[in-house]
Amino acid sequence: MSARRAGLADRDGFLAWVMLLPSVIYILALVGVPFLLAVAFAFSDVTTGDPSYDFVGFGNFTAVFDDGVFWRSLWNTLLFTGCSMVLIVVFGKILANLLIADFHGKWLVRFLILLPWTTPVALSTISWLWFLDSIYSPVDWTLRHLGLIDQNVVWLGDPNTAMLSVILVQTWRLTPLAAVIVMAGLVAIPRDIDEAARIDGAGFWRRMFEVTIPLSLPVIAVAALFGAIMTFTDMTVSYVLTRGGPTHATDVLASWAYFRGIEGGDVGQGAAIALFLFPILLAGVVAILRAVRRLEAR
Amino acid sequence: MTNEALRRRYARRHVAARCGLYAAAVLSALVCALPFLWSLVSAFKQNRDLYDPESNPFAFNEPATPDHVTFLFADTPFPTFVLNTLLVGGAVVLLTLALALPAAYSLARLNRPWGTPMGIAIFLVYLVPPSLLFLSLTRVVVALGLEDSLWSMIVVYPTITVPVSVWLLIGFLKAVPTDIEEQAMVDGHSRLGAFVRAVLPLVFPGLVAVVVFSFTLTASEFVYALAFVSSSPEMVVSTGVPTQLIRGDVFFWQSLQAATVVTAVPIAFLFNLFLDRFVTGFTMGAVKT
Repeated sequence: MSARRAGLADRDGFLAWVMLLPSVIYILALVGVPFLLAVAFAFSDVTTGDPSYDFVGFGNFTAVFDDGVFWRSLWNTLLFTGCSMVLIVVFGKILANLLIADFHGKWLVRFLILLPWTTPVALSTISWLWFLDSIYSPVDWTLRHLGLIDQNVVWLGDPNTAMLSVILVQTWRLTPLAAVIVMAGLVAIPRDIDEAARIDGAGFWRRMFEVTIPLSLPVIAVAALFGAIMTFTDMTVSYVLTRGGPTHATDVLASWAYFRGIEGGDVGQGAAIALFLFPILLAGVVAILRAVRRLEAR
Repeated sequence: MTNEALRRRYARRHVAARCGLYAAAVLSALVCALPFLWSLVSAFKQNRDLYDPESNPFAFNEPATPDHVTFLFADTPFPTFVLNTLLVGGAVVLLTLALALPAAYSLARLNRPWGTPMGIAIFLVYLVPPSLLFLSLTRVVVALGLEDSLWSMIVVYPTITVPVSVWLLIGFLKAVPTDIEEQAMVDGHSRLGAFVRAVLPLVFPGLVAVVVFSFTLTASEFVYALAFVSSSPEMVVSTGVPTQLIRGDVFFWQSLQAATVVTAVPIAFLFNLFLDRFVTGFTMGAVKT
């Protein structure tokens, strides 16, 4: 028998708590408390100029509801999220198949494919700002020289094309993330299932739609929800690309909360707007959990 | 059909599949990287080349010039932004490891009944978006007297990096056989000693992956950095470049493009080195032991 006395460093139950506690306290202090604070602000008249707290009940919410811009940004958020999510998943699945394939120069291709996601979003969006410029846009130059358009499309100046641009840039930037998530799922599919289907004479498309996609459905769902949550709460693309314009055509809830709460200084109204992100976010999280559970049950 | 004909048919089909694969690879790489390739070209363009709607945007119509890149490094605060990003990133990575490593060990190895649900709960914190918290966190930062300081980001960013890192580390720790600790404990180490001496060296590759991942997340963050810091000398790359390299309506386009490429390439390079490890970490985290 060991003569060494079992010290505190050996008691699993004690150790488990001591090792976990710093993280839990930190997260409670800087995520939990700010969240409660955000709820409290939504019912207050706090502004950046006058930070004293006065309870105003649902005053902020009535003010926010009376503002057409709020409804516009809510609709924009849903449109932005819905369209981006579908595109992200479709392209993400295609890229994932490419990422697991074997070919020469794979390293370089992977590097180039990951660029949109690993680059700080504010910087890559700046590149797009010039790509979609009203006069010098390389996109328009190409289209002009292909003879597809006579005059430049003013991408960011028209409400419809501005929204389209924001959606496409967001899709471009999040697709690599979805691809990596789906790739993780594809790697986990046992190769012999695919081999068996191949021996049975199933072609590429048949194997794709009847074997691979059904088996990786949970992980595709996870990728879709990640894309949705990150798009739903994102303001960077529309902030850098259009500042929410032209006339709020690309304002989303997050950017509108920023303009109201930080640039407009009305913390109460900003918090009330941001709070609308929460119920939909919660639904998304529950959906992710269920998808993950199905993944584990497999 | 003879064997020979069959063989040739399969060979033909194989060649076709390879061609399709390479075509798809080249096309996807182009779509993803085109803005960056184009940034690289325009960073070296002369003004009268760039500001001519008729000149080919993908080629040099006038001789290339390094002036705008030199300008970026010599006459703009860009070097300061890079230094700040490295400082914030380094500090956040250290804080993250200090918090996440013990937490992950506790959740992966010490067999508490609440291990798995707690791990999932911590991971879900990652999905709480900055756009929901930035208003109240800005008030917290002001109350702590950290506004317009790098410290504001160092203190707050681990809220983003800790949850992901805990999840990744749980995955890496589960991959280490329990025998290793048991052997170390038989050899006279305490549980904690076994973790430090026997397990840590084995998860070192995983630790490096977590460091890279946390740093990438930190460098990309935008909303908090924008809300907390408004003075140029304390800005990081992700906020400094879009807000400070534009004077009024004047964009320093070539310098902006150079800044994008200079930032994008090293991060993507590092990330690519560790991609396979991230994938393993994420999937292992969900596996029950």
